[in-house]
This record gives sequence, C-alpha cells and structure tokens, in this order.
Amino acid sequence: MSRIASRFDRLREAGRTALIPYITAGDPTPAVTVDLLHGMAASGADLLEVGVPFSDPQSDGPVIQDACQRALAQGVTLRHVLEMVGEFRERDTETPVVLMGYSNPIEAMGIEAFTAAAAAAGVDGVIVVDAPPEEGGELIEALIDQNIDPIFLVAPTTADERLARICTAARGFIYYVSLKGVTGAGTLAHGDIAGKVDSIRAHSNLPVGVGFGIRDAESAALVGKSADAVVVGSAVVSRIAEHGDDPARTQQEVRRFIGSLRAALDGTA
Amino acid sequence: MATATHTPGTTEQALPDAAGHFGRYGGVFVAETLMAPLAELRQAYDHLRGDADFRAELDWTLKHFVGRPTPLYYAQRWSERIGGARIYLKREDLDHTGAHKINNTVGQALVAKHMGKQRVIAETGAGQHGVASATVAARLGMQCVVYMGEEDTERQKTNVFRMRLLGAEVVPVRSGSRTLKDALNEAMRDWVANIDDTYYIIGTVAGPDPYPRMVRDFHCVIGEETREQMMALEGRLPDALVACVGGGSNAIGLFHPFLGEDSVQMYGVEAGGEGLATGHHGAPLCAGRPGILHGNRTYLMTDEAGQITSTHSISAGLDYPGVGPEHAWLKDSGRVEYLAVDDDEALAAFHDLTRTEGIMPALETAHAVAYAGRLAATMACDQTIVVNLSGRGDKDMDTVAQHSGGME
Repeated sequence: MSRIASRFDRLREAGRTALIPYITAGDPTPAVTVDLLHGMAASGADLLEVGVPFSDPQSDGPVIQDACQRALAQGVTLRHVLEMVGEFRERDTETPVVLMGYSNPIEAMGIEAFTAAAAAAGVDGVIVVDAPPEEGGELIEALIDQNIDPIFLVAPTTADERLARICTAARGFIYYVSLKGVTGAGTLAHGDIAGKVDSIRAHSNLPVGVGFGIRDAESAALVGKSADAVVVGSAVVSRIAEHGDDPARTQQEVRRFIGSLRAALDGTA
Repeated sequence: MATATHTPGTTEQALPDAAGHFGRYGGVFVAETLMAPLAELRQAYDHLRGDADFRAELDWTLKHFVGRPTPLYYAQRWSERIGGARIYLKREDLDHTGAHKINNTVGQALVAKHMGKQRVIAETGAGQHGVASATVAARLGMQCVVYMGEEDTERQKTNVFRMRLLGAEVVPVRSGSRTLKDALNEAMRDWVANIDDTYYIIGTVAGPDPYPRMVRDFHCVIGEETREQMMALEGRLPDALVACVGGGSNAIGLFHPFLGEDSVQMYGVEAGGEGLATGHHGAPLCAGRPGILHGNRTYLMTDEAGQITSTHSISAGLDYPGVGPEHAWLKDSGRVEYLAVDDDEALAAFHDLTRTEGIMPALETAHAVAYAGRLAATMACDQTIVVNLSGRGDKDMDTVAQHSGGME
C-alpha cells in the first residue's frame, strides 16, 4: 500500500481530517526547505505538498508567484527539488510527499527520467496543474509504473461526465479546487464545497482534499467538516515571505501556524 | 492562363485533430477550472463557424468596419531596385486600427456576443491586439480589460492611451518579466476567476484548443484574398510567401490557404534580436525547443530546467517566448521554412521600404520585409513574392527615432 493510502487509512480510523500544507521548494532559500518540511510534519501536517517553482505559474495568485520567483532567483530546478525530497526522506520515511507544479519542467527533464528520479527520492504523488487527464496519458502511466500517485484537480466548473473520467485516472486523493480563481484568492462558499465533495464521493472511493482559499484555522475547520483533507498553501507561503530573512523565526511561525490549523481540525482549538 | 485549384482537406489543412493537436503540438494544457469554459467555447465556435448568419455578419463587419478587402500592392520601385522577383505587399496595414489583428478581434467579439458574454479581456504586447480588442468592445458596447506587461506599457505609451480612449481598462502587469508572456498569464488568471461573464480574446494562434484554429480561421481571409488577387493580377499563384512570426497569426493567415499548393514556398521570419548566437532574441522555432506553455505544446524559449527565458526584440509584438502550435508542426513537417532577421536588419528594412515605396511598416513587419528583399534577389524577375505587410509603423516612431539618431 502506498504511503498516501496508508496515511489516509490511519486518519480515517482515527476520525481525523488530514492537514496538507504547501510550500514552494527553495523559498526563501534552498537551505531551509528540508527543515521546514520536517517542522511542518512535527507540528501536525499529515501530508506535505512541495511546489516545484516555475517561471509562469498561471494558476497561482501573487503569493505563490512571488515564492516561485524567490526560488528561481536562486537557481532552483526540478532536480534540486527532488534532491530536497530525498534529503527529507533520510529522516522521515512516513510522511507522504506530493509534488505540485507545471508541465514544462517535467517535459524538459523527460518523463522517464523524472518519474524514476522522483521514485528514488521518495515522492508519493504528483500534481501537474496544467496537465488534465486528456493530455497527461504518458506521464500518468509512467508515474503508476513507479508507484507514484497521479493526483488530479476537480474544479467547481467540472461537469459530471468529466468528473467520472478524472476519478478513473486519479490515485491517492482527489484535489477539489474550492473556488473559481487562482491559489490564495477569494472567499470560500462552504455550502457549495460540501455538495461538491459529496458528488466526488459518488464517483470515487478516494479521499477528497479541498484547497485554494483556505487561509486560517476557522476556514480549515469549516472545510474539514466535509473534506477528508484540507490543503493550505498561500497562507503558509505568506508567513515564509514575511520572515524570509530569519530562518529560525520562519520555522517558528510556520510551526505555530500549522499547529493552529491542526488544533482547529481536531476540534481542540 | 494557368488554373490553380484550391484543395481543401489536404493533410496540412485538415489539422488540428479533434483533441486540438497538430501532430504532437497544440492540445489543451490548462488547469481543470478552464476545461469547462473551453468546452463551452469549442461548442459555440464549432456551431457558429458553420452558421450562414454568423458568416454573413462577420463578412459585413470585415467589409464595412475593418475595410476589407485590403489591396495587394505591387512594390514596383523596390522590386526593380533589387532586380529579382516581383514583390507584392498584402496591405494589412490598411486594416482599421492599422494591423491584421482586427480580423481576429471582430471574429472573436462576435463569438463572445453570441455566447452572451458582456466582458472581454485580452493580453497585448505592442498594443496592437489590445487596441483591436478595445475597438471591437467599444463597437459592441462590451466592458474590456487589457493586460499589458509594465515594460510594454512604457515603450508603447501611445497605444495605452488609445485603448483608454476607447474605454478599455489597461492593467500593467508587474509579475515575472513584465512583458507579453506575463500579460498572458495574468489574463488567464482573470479568466479563471471570471469565467461566467467573461470572454478571453487571445491575440495570436496560440493557447489551448480551440484558440489556435479559431484565430487562424479568422485570419485566413488574408490568404484567401491574396489568392484571388494574385490570380487576377498575375494569372497564377505566387512563388513565395513571407511573413513575420511572433505568435504567428498574420503568417498563418497568409500561409494556410496555400498549404496544399506545393509550388508555393513559405517563409516565416522570427525576431533575431541581437543575433541568435547571443541568446537575446525571440526565435523559438529557430533556436528553441518543444515544451508546454500557455495551454499548448509548441516550440519555446526555455532553459535546460524548463523555465521560460526572457526574449528580446526591437519589436514588442515579436517579443514572445512561444509560437503557435501549427507553426511548430509546419516547421517539423518542413512545409514552411523558418528563419530569423535581427534588429539591425529589420530596422534597415523599415527605412528602405519607407523611402522606396512610401509605406512605413511596423517593426514586426519589417522583419518580413527584410527577408523578402534577400529572397527576391535570389529569384528570377518572372517570379513573385507576397509579403504580408501585417501592420503600419506609426506606433514605432519612438523606437525608430531612438535607434536612428532622433527625429531630425
């Protein structure tokens, strides 16, 4: 059983909602990424989402765009990101790691080379934002060959027919994009989320994670009532941006924030 | 008189396939949220393109608003001075707003109208597509927002002012490299957030399906007219076609109706910038490699890690790291030859055509003019070349003055 599946199984048995924080690899510096991943796992994260910086992150709002720019300014590449995951795995063999990024860095590295290196590094899932199942065939196969879960997004605009198709291709969990917009934008419509999560469950037995627009303990707790996992990206990254010049302070703030989300999800806040 | 037969449905002309692929290029590489609006657009366009009323409305607009057909002008003095092939200029600079761009914006605005969208957005580099979008939005009473790289808003101030006069909101884009590619990113982000009431008018033959084929279809009027005009003037097809290629919309508009004619050679001219060897250029077909950006697989300017690299061209309209997927396919198939002309040669051609024919080309267009001059010299005087004179140079006065020793 994959690390993602077994992690969700254990959470389900414990009646807990998964917390999946996101950071962009190499932001603010490559040196702190692995420590931040360990810090988030230690303070209550169940899965970790690691962003692969890209020069043209079309689906991201300003917070993650800036994080990409900070990482790219230091020359961070997909190969570096995989090295970081490998280093993380030296001390944590339990916490699933999901890469999130865009097609072109993978194209440039080559699908076979990427999937082999990702498996060797200990990557458990891959989300390619701009590769819907229709275009992702070759990558999906190569990931599955390496026992890595291809994870797909479902949007508020996704029609039922497409939902079925996405659920057929998906492994690991289904990632429901909770708003029409880019990462970190807008306000959530909680009623719609619960309904959509239900309709996804009608097509798939996979856990359903919800992300885009969850910014604090309150919204995490609310979304956590209907979702199996909540993904928090821009709100974590903006804390990193705020204290970027002070690694100890960054670590402390991120841990404190993850801890507050964990407590809210567990109803112990 | 020799008869040339148009052969629609040849392999080249039948693409893209149902999934929007030109061979391995094109496709729909977008975030899930955009899959539904793209499907809606595909359905609307596929219906409208076969609809006689839509066609009639478009034809009427092209004739009375855009000013079509545009002349095919024999540049006699320039041709005779070169002493080779006879060079014809397809005068897209005479279209309303001064460039070919409006052929596409009138078409897409009518699609938007039929889809009931009240708000249109566009990206722009040199500002020509932004002006053309603002123009059609004004005519149809639609709200219009144009995204433009901050750097481009500075070097194309007059066009920013024109767009604002037409009632459009111009949003300077400060992300990334602050040029055309970033304006496209920002327009896509706007679209994702406003898909219910907003129509995105992409300005070139790139982006996810159906954009590359839809924008091409709206520009094919250029090649179709050229074909008729050449038959009337010369009694036969041209021997060569030359057009500049940024995203590639004016080139595909001229080339596409001739793809099935083996006797017609085609040349797409990219921005050589400071020279291909310097890396400072906008020539993905000549010096880039295949990758995925802005919704499609095509040739791109990227580094080894897959990051999009910055481009350079004296002309803002060619300052783009990608190119339409159909051009990528036509390059690989060998049907069209792609080459680059650098800043200096384009600037020289700008002056040359201005002084010789009294026609001031846009700096984008000047790249095609430069290569046509080179090509004509290698051809016989009973042969013909058609250059797509895609835009007029008025917008480039500041740039030309800056590079050519002022306004004196």
